[in-house]
Amino acid sequence: MRSFRYYRAGDVPGAVATLARERAGAFLAGGTNLVDLMKVGVTEPEVLVDVRRLTSAEIEDLPDGGLRIGAAVTNSDLAADRRVRHRYPALSQALLSGASGQLRNLATTGGNLLQRTRCVYFYDTTTPCNKREPGTGCSALDGRNKDHAILGASPHCVATHPSDMAVAMTALGAVARIQGPGGERQIPVAELHRLPGQEPQRDTTLEHAELITAVDLPPLPFSPNSRYRKVRERASYAFALVSVAAALQVRDGVVRDVRIALGGVAHRPWRAWKAEDALRGGPAAEDSFRAAADAELAEAEPLRENGYKVPLARNLITRMLLELSEER
Amino acid sequence: MSTITAPRAVGASLDRRDGPEKVTGTARYAYEYRFENPLYLFPVPSEVARGRVASVDASRAEALRGVVAVLTHENAPRLADTSDRELAVLQDGDIAFRGQYVAAVIAETLETARHAASLVRVSYEPAPHDVDLRADRDDLYAPERVNPVYPTDTEAGDFESEFSSAAVQLDQTYVTPMEHNNPMEPHTTVALCDGSDLTLYESAQGVTSVRQTLARVFGLDRDRVRVVAPYVGGGFGSKTTHANTVLAALAAQVVPGRPVKFALTRQQMFCGVGYRTPTIQRVRLGAGQDGRLTAVSHDVIEQTAKIKEFAEQTAVATRTMYAAASLRTTHRLAALDVPVASWMRAPGEAPGMYALESAMDEMAAACGLDPIEFRIRNEPETDQETGRPYSSRNLVACLREGARRFGWAGRGARPRARLDGRWLVGTGVASSTFPALRLPGSVARISYAGEGRYIVETAAADIGTGTWTTLAQIAADALGTSVEDIDLRIGDTTLPEASIAGGSSGMASWGSAIFEAARVFRGRHGHDPSAGDRAEAAAPDNPDAGKFAMHAFGACFAEARVDVDTGEVRIPRMTGVFAAGRIINPKTARSQFMGGMTWGLSMALHEESLVDARFGHVVNHDFAGYHIPTHADAGQFDIAWVDEDDPYVNPMGSKGIGEIGIVGTAAAIANAVYHATGIRVRDLPITPAKLLR
Amino acid sequence: MPEPADRETPEPDIEVTLRADGTDYRIAVDPRTTLLDALRERLGIYGPKKGCDHGQCGACTILLDGKRANSCLALAVAHDGAEIVTADGLAADGKLNRMQRSFIEHDAFQCGYCTPGQIVSAVAMLEEAEAGWPSHVTTDVSAEEIPFTDEEIRERMSGNLCRCGAYANILPAIREAAGVGRQG
Repeated sequence: MRSFRYYRAGDVPGAVATLARERAGAFLAGGTNLVDLMKVGVTEPEVLVDVRRLTSAEIEDLPDGGLRIGAAVTNSDLAADRRVRHRYPALSQALLSGASGQLRNLATTGGNLLQRTRCVYFYDTTTPCNKREPGTGCSALDGRNKDHAILGASPHCVATHPSDMAVAMTALGAVARIQGPGGERQIPVAELHRLPGQEPQRDTTLEHAELITAVDLPPLPFSPNSRYRKVRERASYAFALVSVAAALQVRDGVVRDVRIALGGVAHRPWRAWKAEDALRGGPAAEDSFRAAADAELAEAEPLRENGYKVPLARNLITRMLLELSEER
Repeated sequence: MSTITAPRAVGASLDRRDGPEKVTGTARYAYEYRFENPLYLFPVPSEVARGRVASVDASRAEALRGVVAVLTHENAPRLADTSDRELAVLQDGDIAFRGQYVAAVIAETLETARHAASLVRVSYEPAPHDVDLRADRDDLYAPERVNPVYPTDTEAGDFESEFSSAAVQLDQTYVTPMEHNNPMEPHTTVALCDGSDLTLYESAQGVTSVRQTLARVFGLDRDRVRVVAPYVGGGFGSKTTHANTVLAALAAQVVPGRPVKFALTRQQMFCGVGYRTPTIQRVRLGAGQDGRLTAVSHDVIEQTAKIKEFAEQTAVATRTMYAAASLRTTHRLAALDVPVASWMRAPGEAPGMYALESAMDEMAAACGLDPIEFRIRNEPETDQETGRPYSSRNLVACLREGARRFGWAGRGARPRARLDGRWLVGTGVASSTFPALRLPGSVARISYAGEGRYIVETAAADIGTGTWTTLAQIAADALGTSVEDIDLRIGDTTLPEASIAGGSSGMASWGSAIFEAARVFRGRHGHDPSAGDRAEAAAPDNPDAGKFAMHAFGACFAEARVDVDTGEVRIPRMTGVFAAGRIINPKTARSQFMGGMTWGLSMALHEESLVDARFGHVVNHDFAGYHIPTHADAGQFDIAWVDEDDPYVNPMGSKGIGEIGIVGTAAAIANAVYHATGIRVRDLPITPAKLLR
Repeated sequence: MPEPADRETPEPDIEVTLRADGTDYRIAVDPRTTLLDALRERLGIYGPKKGCDHGQCGACTILLDGKRANSCLALAVAHDGAEIVTADGLAADGKLNRMQRSFIEHDAFQCGYCTPGQIVSAVAMLEEAEAGWPSHVTTDVSAEEIPFTDEEIRERMSGNLCRCGAYANILPAIREAAGVGRQG
């Protein structure tokens, strides 16, 4: 780990201005991802601007019935909040399925969104990686890739996004609030993360020195009928092979509305638009659920070791929708 | 031989004597003594799997304030003995595997050492490497022997003829992956060179062995080398002497008078400190319609490093498990550009019995027999390997008692027959075994300290096994006093030499030495000694060793639940019943069995070191990528043992129990998964990907 | 080797105050120093252990301002003024606390390396459960009352790896210290 200058800014504008000046700097919140990456030399900021106490650590009720989650709210606090548990259970479940109790106590909302892939080649500075060093190649494409992407990948990068929280937020239509050198803006979480394309080194659409200050959860009448399910190779404390966040509204045996997002399958949480379109207005029945899953997965491009993710995703989507349709 | 005839301390369920230190975090592991003015060592691993170091540019590293030295093969002190190529660290530019230490930084702080190491620029003359273990290689060879001293191949009877005429035949291949020991405490050495004295605070499974090896390699008088290891954070076979210890000592020589602290990162634990070889095992079984085995063949293919051979004794357990008219075992090695393999909990038995006990399960089904009945039907009278009687063998009792405790009766044989919600449910069984070993080379010293207290000293090791407590129990009974009066000292080469904690041989080896020392003490000083009276003795050879086959046996049962949609596997309960002679401390013994069975669970479902052949190293080299069970994976453990009185194994009547728990367990789980799903997985680990339909 | 005057210097040390196990310490640390290394290498408090240094094993678990956290990923400079409790600090006046006594009685450890982290984590976990936090295995995450089952204990302790495999003894040790009977 190279040495760095450590700044604790006084407020958000100050933090943004400082980082805007320091091209080789980074924001530090909980540190659970950044310090991890710094120790293996994957990221080497010259300056750390500590924002852990700058943004809000509160979850506010919004007038429209939604919630505004301060970027500094810890994963633990967000998961345990009674409003989240009642109104957006998929989000609480997603958070609780991630990491460990200790990590959730330090990790923040903003930091969780911005965590980086756990691809083994990205983490290993002795193996080529286009995300870490553009132009050097993607070691995972023809390598050990059981954990890698089946959707939206490119020959330059087949990494997946590891966040569970982001998958639930994507399904629920969350919106990230950002403050940067150019002022304030908002962006749906579903558009925050990029697909790798030709520039896998860019994980998100954020510009340098843009800081996430909060995440808004819009009101969604049927979000209490939502769930998150994560499949792992052990019972806890592991990243997803595949995960799904879904919310479902069924009336008289017909799907009125639905939200589905997948984790573990792509460079970003994968909003299953095709599946949603296929489901809306159709019967709430197992074969329609399965057909919708198939429609979403039709463009899947498995690698040598991750073909299992296709039937796994199909089964997860189908099973999840069945359970949600039984819940009402 | 004389034995403990009236055990009082032995057999008691005592709390661990080192408990208070461990639960408060005040037990001192190797890195944790208060050292004066230490330096920190951080290695530079090779980025090629084969070739030579062309040059090392340490200038950017040396430019950092606080860097004291950068060692390379050109400037490192010369070792006296470089015949062991694993230990010939920084002596020449040859590279034998990716990750081999090719340089090392010594610095004033840990942060500086780590950063400086990343700035060392090594250029290589790479050569093509070969890390690919396959059954169809044309260069597989037979080693002279397999570990520790067993014949490579055995053949009794005419396998080919018996097999081809058998009414029921099985021919299957089972594959186990590379695995890494990964004790929770990484390999650690703090080395201090003072004049001609070398002191090592080491995380070691045997301080005597480390001293002997370092003395030899450095050309030092053994009396000038001291190794200290009272507390060790796990070893599981890997904490014998590897390159890391030698590197720390080399560094200490460069900065005499200052302790050099070297603890491997978790990433570095996947290279250079031993591992279990992957195996490809072909098992063929032939039986009559009555289910009696007529033909058993177990052919093993595994790997070894080119620089130092390690031949895992994978088929050795098969030589003693079941009666068969013909029995054949072979081992073949592929010499690859890989790190040196070494022991990992139950080397040989663990992978070998996974294959054999899976095959036995498949064969039982093919014969239309219950898997327990099938095994009982093939129980041998004597040890087929040696022709000797067993000193004691109670496998059948373990299978029957286990079946009763587990609730085996009424189990339908048909697989994929039970669905509980979304969980397919099944059960499985497997036998286990482990040899009752005793290693030579242990000496114990007993001194009377006055006021009823005895000091018992031997350089034994507690690596989590419970030695601090159990050896004191043995000493108490050997002396006919109470365990509170025993002041046990272990883990330091200032104490009389002792064999390593390995091969589940600790209690037998050290206990026998203590027993003999106590006998000599009483003979010399009687039962009313004076303060300062002492005796020192090594265990005599066991007169019964050549007369009997000495093994512990056991049976493992598992219930498996497999999610019908996702292939996720849960093992909510396991039962293990063991016949391991006299149990010295039921509380710590249960932990040993339980720990071994947890390792078996890990082997069955989780562990796999993934090698990328293009680069030659393990790519999932941390705890995020290399999985061991979490607490959520560990269900209920029902553990019991059958009474077994064995007067031949050692004065305690005990058999080693540190490793038997892992043996057979992975097969019990694989068999349970088959029973649940109808899917027979013959390559570990059993992951959801392999069970998805 | 370059002359000392020509050497590249890292960023200057920064002073931080840490209150560890009831004692205040003021030390100047390299900004890269984690709380784990500050405790161990600078203050000689070795209870928290370095098992992986990357938040993947939990052996470094401490109470950090009252909440359990991985000290290996917390930079000391980012936690100036923090209140830290380690396993040693749980033993008030040198007397083992209830969790520690229960671990010994149930043989809930073997090599002992993960143990201080397990104990700190368990103590904090009970407080989290007491505060009504749900977990991954809680069937109804919106429920007000969450039954404190064996499954809950296992899941909530899953951030502490034990390679020796003492889990099946850790569970009853925690149950007893929590004062709950067996529940499923």
